[in-house]
Amino acid sequence: MSTVPERAREVAAAVPDPELPMLTLADLGVLADVEEADGAVTAWLTPTYSGCPAIAEMAADVSRRLRAAGFDRVEVRLRIDPPWSSDRISAEGRRKLAAAGIAPPVPGGMRQPDRMLQLGPTRRVVACPQCGSEDTEELSRFGSTACKSLWRCRSCREPFDRIKEI
Amino acid sequence: MTDEHVYLSLAEAGPEPDGEARWAYGTGFADPLLGVDAAPPAGIDPADLAAYCLMLGDDALVLSQRLIQWITRAPELEEEVALANLGLDLLGQARRLLTRAGQLDGSGRDEDRLAYWREDFDYRNVRLVELENGDFAQCVVRLLLFATAREELYRRLAHHADPVLAAVAALGAKELAYHREYASSWTVRLGDGTEQSHRRMLAALEVLWPWLEELFTPHEVELRLGVDPSELRAPVLAALERVLAEATLPVPETAGRAYVDGRAGRHGVHTEALGPLLAELQVVARAHPGATW
Repeated sequence: MSTVPERAREVAAAVPDPELPMLTLADLGVLADVEEADGAVTAWLTPTYSGCPAIAEMAADVSRRLRAAGFDRVEVRLRIDPPWSSDRISAEGRRKLAAAGIAPPVPGGMRQPDRMLQLGPTRRVVACPQCGSEDTEELSRFGSTACKSLWRCRSCREPFDRIKEI
Repeated sequence: MTDEHVYLSLAEAGPEPDGEARWAYGTGFADPLLGVDAAPPAGIDPADLAAYCLMLGDDALVLSQRLIQWITRAPELEEEVALANLGLDLLGQARRLLTRAGQLDGSGRDEDRLAYWREDFDYRNVRLVELENGDFAQCVVRLLLFATAREELYRRLAHHADPVLAAVAALGAKELAYHREYASSWTVRLGDGTEQSHRRMLAALEVLWPWLEELFTPHEVELRLGVDPSELRAPVLAALERVLAEATLPVPETAGRAYVDGRAGRHGVHTEALGPLLAELQVVARAHPGATW
């Protein structure tokens, strides 16, 4: 059994996301686990989407930060089971997203198992992260990165990103 | 050296004290299954599992390549971004599946070796994904057919005995659901749109529907693995019929495209469209073998 060194975990948990630097990898639910055995640290990361190009940056950042903190033997490994879900974003992460003008995903908002029977897009009430109005519309299901959709607020007229449920 | 992995070596190799050696963001290409336990499951022939991962990986890789060919050509900027995102999902699935195939087949080939150094007759994708792009109606119809079938398949494979394939499928199913939604909403918008959009959707269905059947036609490897794709036919057709009805489009009655002497894409028998696609995909890797940056 490995013990969990609090310091290694704290260092890894503080690594910012390369694309959303206001969030840490822990906030995002990408940091799955940190283990320590005989002085060697293993950090486990769960990629968000299959094609997320940031995972190599994340792994390199975690490795570099742990080394800088004095851990000499560091290994970063991927854990793809269970797959990442937007439900893994912490409450703190959701708060930081909203503060940065990005609408956070709805917890538990993943699609139902019988979605095969659904036709049209799911209607969701999404509050504008700028002004709080719920009079918003989705411009495109696909935005600047795989995990975001593009929205517009009809009240304050500002566009905004939204992290999709997956 | 405690790190045997490519990107960690890269990160260590740089002249900067922090080892930042990548020349640009996103160029540190990690093994997509880095550190994932690669032992094949007991009771399954690794060669069969490798062949199956190659089939699914090639489907995803080739369709991804077709989708990125839409960049700068899509009717609206939002659609260009959407198609690029769909292609990126598929590319990510392809990287994992090809890597898994290389782990299992004993050849030691990585994803790049498999993607860039096989000829068209060694590709195992269904022919639907390799056909020329055509117009936007064909783009939408192909996505609808493929995503509906692939989401259904991935949902089932999420419970497969191979934990790696199961995990790839579990995430892939959630991604494919977005692809299917995208294609479904465009199918309704165009089918139930103007006279011209309706006519072009009819034409696209006529071109592409005959290639759907190949997704339901079992290969001997699939039968041995217990993943008979003919089980997908009924639920997939039911889902497609619902979308087409909403789009005021008839369900085509055309028969599936004939196999060539009993063989098709899963056996390496392709249309003439695949060769030029692969030439474009592979040209840089082949012009500069082993190049690094």
